[in-house]
Amino acid sequence: MFEPKIIAFLCTWCSYTGADLAGTTRLKSPWNIRAIRTPCSGRVSPELIIRAFDEGADGVLVLGCHIGECHFDTGNHRTAKRIPILKELLSFVGLEPERLRLDWVSASEGERFAHITNDFTETIRQLGPCQWQQKPSWRQTRPELAVITELEAAE
Amino acid sequence: MSVGRHKNITLLTYAEVEDVSGVVGDFKVIVRKKARYVNEELCNGCGTCVEKCPWKKIPDEFELGLGYRTAIHFQYPQAVPKIPRIDAENCVYFKNGKCKACEKFCLRGAIDFEQQDEFVEFEVGTIILATGFKNFNPEKTPKYGYKKLENVLTGLEFERMVNSGGPTTGRVRLADGSIPGKIAIIHCVGSRGDHNEYCSRVCCMYSLKLAHLAKELIGADIIEYYRDMRTFGKDYENFYERVREEDIAFVRYEDIRVSEDQEGLVVTTTDLYNGDIISNHVDMVILSTGMEPQEDQQKIASTFGISLSPDGFFLEKHPKLAPVETATDGVFLAGTCQGPKDIPDTVAQGGAAAASALSLMDYGRVVLEPFTASIDPEKCSGCLICVDTCPFGAIDTTIHNGRTISQVNEIICKGCGTCVAACPSGAASQLGFTNHQIFSEIDGILRQSSLMELTI
Repeated sequence: MFEPKIIAFLCTWCSYTGADLAGTTRLKSPWNIRAIRTPCSGRVSPELIIRAFDEGADGVLVLGCHIGECHFDTGNHRTAKRIPILKELLSFVGLEPERLRLDWVSASEGERFAHITNDFTETIRQLGPCQWQQKPSWRQTRPELAVITELEAAE
Repeated sequence: MSVGRHKNITLLTYAEVEDVSGVVGDFKVIVRKKARYVNEELCNGCGTCVEKCPWKKIPDEFELGLGYRTAIHFQYPQAVPKIPRIDAENCVYFKNGKCKACEKFCLRGAIDFEQQDEFVEFEVGTIILATGFKNFNPEKTPKYGYKKLENVLTGLEFERMVNSGGPTTGRVRLADGSIPGKIAIIHCVGSRGDHNEYCSRVCCMYSLKLAHLAKELIGADIIEYYRDMRTFGKDYENFYERVREEDIAFVRYEDIRVSEDQEGLVVTTTDLYNGDIISNHVDMVILSTGMEPQEDQQKIASTFGISLSPDGFFLEKHPKLAPVETATDGVFLAGTCQGPKDIPDTVAQGGAAAASALSLMDYGRVVLEPFTASIDPEKCSGCLICVDTCPFGAIDTTIHNGRTISQVNEIICKGCGTCVAACPSGAASQLGFTNHQIFSEIDGILRQSSLMELTI
């Protein structure tokens, strides 16, 4: 069976702790989920998500605090505005918008974390491998942009 | 009392915090001192004005409407500082411009009908919030019949009744003036599934105390309707054992309803142990109401820049490791504004908050989290998108080589990274979470030929 690779951006104050709780309460969440800790879901910029698809992710999950509970007051408000726009842009370039999902998990919702990750993995499994990664990376097709890679390395 | 006299403590009662700005070590707090129409410097708290006020039939908030007060009044007998205030909504002078009895009888000339709200600014290093709780209003759950049926009281109303300084001078009486022969006490009103999910933690113990007091004062038959008895504190279990030996009935209930028939109040419930439906006639019902957040909790939270937990109380920094601190450095919590708790826990948390505040100030320097954002002045295009994005107002503008650019104030920055995600020119970066670092993480995870390789 196809096993997707999924990148999950987890806010350190809520969903990262929620994932921890899911683990300590022995709830099963799929191994396809690979967590990347961010200081706030507001830190998850579109370029991070594009980069994940670019490097071969089949799905990207962004989890933050519930609206009104953001550790930084309004960081998640930005995410709530950004992600729907990015979804539209993704469908514009031919990617299923279901491959990107934004949801809210608080630090006490281990069960919810397990449920969302299982549900999302199942969705991606049904969708099949992401076509994005079949195309050659811009790094290979556009050698004139190699300077970007150099700049990134220099940062 | 000793707080009111301490030379290093300024006590402001009848005042509200309007605005807080600044950061830990350098807060500016604007306080609105509401007009009490009494000059606080001249008044010596003799109480003559209260005696002479002709307007005596105003329901007393402190007595929960069981007693009356005058239009000029002390909030409660032990109020500190002992200065009365005029209730402008009920004072006859503010209605028709006549009376001034209090002014006439005040020997020190302290009454000042022209007084206005006053704004005071303070510079403080740390802030402790101890805004308390609101008692659950059982009218929200109609099955208890509160305010619909006579002789259905909340625990706090009964508490005023048994208080020798209260409206009935310590006599327990029904609405018709007779002594109740049978009292039902219902636990978990407004807690554990009744409008609120949490356990209010104090109701079991104060119900037992009220049962004990009622037994002692009037020797009434008492039935405690409880769901789980939670006697968790030091010596609490001993008290429970003692009350159990006082000929008090305990019924563990599943569902409960208070109604009325010709003979009086009826409490109908399902006994959890054998499933029987039991009805009992009683003379008085006491509802052990739980704790709720204050009505303006959200407003206070946004004034002080802190958050609320899902149940509506203030959110602490960490439930176990930092229970008195908040996400905003220099703002501490004490007591029931953080969650329901009893007196020993409140005292302990108050002490912890004071100690945390003192240790922070005594250190003389502030230690910051290292994950602050920074803006590369060469890359910044000066679009100032980040200025609006920052939830803390930590980004200022500055002039660099003749251009207006953004600059992060690292003391205010909490490191959420929202500006980094918003910056269109890639000038903003965050220590510990640079784009390059996160890219490397993504690449590292995805470049494995199989994810299973990573799973150990």
